[in-house]
Amino acid sequence: MAKPMYDTPMLDQLEDGVWPSFVSGLKRLAKDNDMMVDLLGQLETSYETRKGYWKGGTVGVIGYGGGVIPRFTELKDENNNPKFPAAAEFHTLRIMPPPGMHYDTGTIRKFCDIWEKYGSGLIAFHGQSGDIMFQGCTTDNVQPAFDAINEMGFDMGGAGPAVRTGMSCVGSARCEQSCFDEARAMRTCVNANLDDMHRPALPYKLKFKASGCANDCMNSIQRADVSMIGTWRDDMKVDQEEVKAFVNRKGRKYVIDNVITRCPTQALSLNDDDTLAVDNPNCVRCMHCINVMTKALSPGDDRGVSILVGGKRTLKIGDLMGTVIVPFHKLETDEDFEWLEELSTEILDFFAENALEHERTGEMIERIGLTNFLEGLNIEIDPNMITRPRTNPYVRTDGWDEEAAKWKERQAAQ
Amino acid sequence: MAEAPRMPDETGVPEIEPYLHPVLKKNYGNWKWHDRPRPGVLHHVAHSGDEIWTVRAGTQRQMDVYTIRKLMDIADEFAEGYVRFTIRSNIEFMVSEESKVQPLIDKLLEEGFPVGGTGNSVSMISHTQGWLHCDIPATDASGAVKALMDELHEEFVREEMPNRVRLTTSCCQINCGGQGDIAINIQHTKPPKINHDQVGNVCERPSVVARCPVAAIRPAVVNGKPTLEVDERKCICCGACFPPCPPMQINDPEHSKFAIWVGGKNSNARSKPTFHKLVAAGIPNNPPRWPEVAAVVKNILRVYKEDAKDFERIGEWAERIGWPRFFEKTGLPFTKYHIDNWRGSRANLNASAHIRF
Repeated sequence: MAKPMYDTPMLDQLEDGVWPSFVSGLKRLAKDNDMMVDLLGQLETSYETRKGYWKGGTVGVIGYGGGVIPRFTELKDENNNPKFPAAAEFHTLRIMPPPGMHYDTGTIRKFCDIWEKYGSGLIAFHGQSGDIMFQGCTTDNVQPAFDAINEMGFDMGGAGPAVRTGMSCVGSARCEQSCFDEARAMRTCVNANLDDMHRPALPYKLKFKASGCANDCMNSIQRADVSMIGTWRDDMKVDQEEVKAFVNRKGRKYVIDNVITRCPTQALSLNDDDTLAVDNPNCVRCMHCINVMTKALSPGDDRGVSILVGGKRTLKIGDLMGTVIVPFHKLETDEDFEWLEELSTEILDFFAENALEHERTGEMIERIGLTNFLEGLNIEIDPNMITRPRTNPYVRTDGWDEEAAKWKERQAAQ
Repeated sequence: MAEAPRMPDETGVPEIEPYLHPVLKKNYGNWKWHDRPRPGVLHHVAHSGDEIWTVRAGTQRQMDVYTIRKLMDIADEFAEGYVRFTIRSNIEFMVSEESKVQPLIDKLLEEGFPVGGTGNSVSMISHTQGWLHCDIPATDASGAVKALMDELHEEFVREEMPNRVRLTTSCCQINCGGQGDIAINIQHTKPPKINHDQVGNVCERPSVVARCPVAAIRPAVVNGKPTLEVDERKCICCGACFPPCPPMQINDPEHSKFAIWVGGKNSNARSKPTFHKLVAAGIPNNPPRWPEVAAVVKNILRVYKEDAKDFERIGEWAERIGWPRFFEKTGLPFTKYHIDNWRGSRANLNASAHIRF
């Protein structure tokens, strides 16, 4: 039995309603956990005053410089003692999940046992960076909790100016739209750069995310410094019998309105016999028609990955999408994955060398220009890297002939 | 001699195989097609002929071990001992026999876990930490999400939207919640309040100066102490200075307001990915249920549901009908704050004679 609970009239209102209530969960933990009694006390105070009361600090585990998010209460009484002492320290351990966030129940039960023993009993599946977040731990218990989780074969995730925990979609494990082994690609990039995850010394965070197709379920173009998106080079696969069955089931109007005219490059046409004509060279692999006609249409067989660099949210210069730096690369053989690993470390090295403090890759590219970034990585330019050519004349072009010759040479070599 | 400490086993991201449902492991990279028999259920068929049914349920994300164990009990008794989580904290149970689907759904509903979040539904809100754990939050995350999902539950368990709807919330303008069809974020409206006695002690002043996107922060001396000052005419109240310098308090119970953004889209389907755009602001931060926020969000969703064509995401719908019509149909006021004035803003101005009347 824990200490008596505080009155929490505001939080109590979040126990009503049909959606599962985190407050009911906190209260259940508080029945035999003082830390949770006091956490509820502090949270209720936040609801009353509309202010947050946590400050950061420095808490870690032996051998690593990051991965723990320290939180110390700032709610103090007149003698500078914590008002809610049992929750005065409420740290989070970030732990990297298996790719695709798959688990057997035994593993999760073990997590629960460990966290009941050393922490608050509150776990988030998962944080915005993709970590399992073990929330609520005293400074003294961080090390034994991590040791127990680490013994299970799980490692600390990223925090601070470091390589962050990667994310990959369900992909090959349970999705026919998957164009590469997302789990392997994400593991390759993160595990090749673990030193920069566990010992933060980069200008700022660096994220790797992998989505098996252009639906980008991992939101990687907008949120990852290195975004891997599955695609294919050959023709989309069309099962014409299934197309006919679909048209028969849904009607021509539905198919024309929701598939044919929705194609962003008008690459689709419905034939008189209810089969589908595809202008494959004009298909941009957007996935819409395949999403709608899951049985009739599929990605082609010559599959690989497009890589975009520089996605990020607000700080400092505003939102940036990733930019294509590799339009296509196969990702099947061990050599392909070695190429990916090398590219990931080269991007990281260039970023570590050239970015300003607190600058993300996208901001660095914005500052130095894409061509400088590509030169630094030894990547050939490609028209797929742009939406349209430049619209202003402010550029010195006295190397034009050499550049044009380079292009012709590359074209001839293909 | 003290015992040497245990050094971490630097294993990195674990292998996927040990955690995969056997049918997923067997058919890895070899799936053929899928359909959705009903909302909340996916059915995948592999080239081998193997089939797997997935039942998706909503969770509160911040879960106590009792709730987690309850979900694991359900997975062991009604499913096949394996689960996975989506990026929006929905839990998925995989079963290899269709006959197991309904009992699993019944059990989840009995235990209070809504089944849905698939296809053209409003899925669970991806969100941040808020007052529960963040060091810089202007509002709560879990509470706002719980209050909103109570209201949007019907749209979670059905697939009746024109296309999928992805919501996010963020408790500061850094927007860890990310891009969304509708993003519900705090927008600070006043410059930071600076405790000049503390700045010199706790802030690395040059790096704080460097963080300001509008160069509004400069070193100063107040009461003989080194500190920082803000040019309030330049300040855009973004809060970037607050995380590295807590004495520059940006959060304000009164003046940190909610803003609603729409049209974020991470998929490349049909249109290219887009960022969300500001449509409403100045909404009070009103715990524990944030009714004013819910009203704006529900109104936008109602109009979108009535007006958009099949497969149009919110942003695609607004672009098709035009933003003037969006404001007209939703009844939201159009203000000078909607007109972008940040770098690159001219791309967001109408440089054409394309005008609807």
